[in-house]
Amino acid sequence: MKIEKGAVAGTLESCDCMVTIEPGSGKVELELDSIVMNKYGKQIEKTVLETLHRLEVEDALIRVVDKGALDCTIKARVECAVYRSVGQKKNLPWGGVIRQ
Amino acid sequence: MNPNKKRLRRTMMFLNAKKPGLIIDPYIYKPDSIMLDLEDAVAEKEKDAARFSLFHALREINYQGIECIVRINGLDTDLWEEDIRCAVAGGADGIRIPKTESPEDVKKVEKAIEEAEQEFGVESGKVLIMAALESAKGVLQALDICQASERLFGIALSGGDYTKDLQTYITGTGIELMGARQQMIIAARAAGVQCFDTVYTDLDDMEGFYKDVETIHMMGFDGKSIINPRQIEPVHKIYTPTNKQIIFAQKVVKEIDEKKKLGIGVFTVDGKMIDIAFYDGAKRTLELAKAAGVLKEEC
Repeated sequence: MKIEKGAVAGTLESCDCMVTIEPGSGKVELELDSIVMNKYGKQIEKTVLETLHRLEVEDALIRVVDKGALDCTIKARVECAVYRSVGQKKNLPWGGVIRQ
Repeated sequence: MNPNKKRLRRTMMFLNAKKPGLIIDPYIYKPDSIMLDLEDAVAEKEKDAARFSLFHALREINYQGIECIVRINGLDTDLWEEDIRCAVAGGADGIRIPKTESPEDVKKVEKAIEEAEQEFGVESGKVLIMAALESAKGVLQALDICQASERLFGIALSGGDYTKDLQTYITGTGIELMGARQQMIIAARAAGVQCFDTVYTDLDDMEGFYKDVETIHMMGFDGKSIINPRQIEPVHKIYTPTNKQIIFAQKVVKEIDEKKKLGIGVFTVDGKMIDIAFYDGAKRTLELAKAAGVLKEEC
């Protein structure tokens, strides 16, 4: 998927994360800030990049501010930001590229 | 028939599907069902975000056997069909239709669920339906709504919108809800489905909450919609049969089973006249006792 425009999803509430995505400069770049960076930073990074890979996003700048979100929440917020950036709200591929 | 249609639903706890802090661990409070809300609790611009949260929560969180119902957006919006696709693909046990006013509303949702089950390879008939009645028109159509679909397991009163439609308000006495409650429980029983009461929104008035639950319990309701974990225990307590009721129910079931074999239809238990009409009620008492943990044996 091609990131068309900047989009944001999520909040800074506990157990949530805020994801900001915008068109990149030819590759995927991730900026991560987490309250559990030492313990789970690598896992969060892996989840974000795998989610983008599933959605075939190859060119984006993504910023994640994590407040202790579970994997399922991180995936949900990344997907939401991506689909907001392309303006798609219906006929989503549930169980297809949107999956565990 | 889907075996879950008649499951125990004393407490159905609303949770905003968009809020991870609410939906990641509600099972610790042990409600009978959770209602993951895509409708009123979710701001208009966050409807999409709520669906993504819902999908992953349903797929990845082990709710430990608690039933997961999804309240979709109203049929007068352009949101409800995608809500159903998301919920069915995620693995929801049921769909709650808001503002149901006619059997046609139920049939529309039934059709969308059927299509989604087919699209996502979900077993046909797995996803059940409950209908919320929120207007005078809906309440007057209660029986037809109850009979609109084989998937429909129950109806629920939504008191806030209903009282607005009646041009009154929630008084705390229950007077304004009496007619709807009575009409709905009669319709539900006539159709053989369950009936659930509206939420009690004053969390600081636990005395009023107890009275409200006692009232609907006496009226025959199967359970209540709730909005906070601290409302769970009082409901379960009120719905727990007494020791005397349990012993009597055990005797009734045993005697009916035995007398049936002998061809005897009417007899007495502890001096009370009993016939087959008492059987389902006695079985239900024992199921409630088991669910409350006060009866261990098979019944």
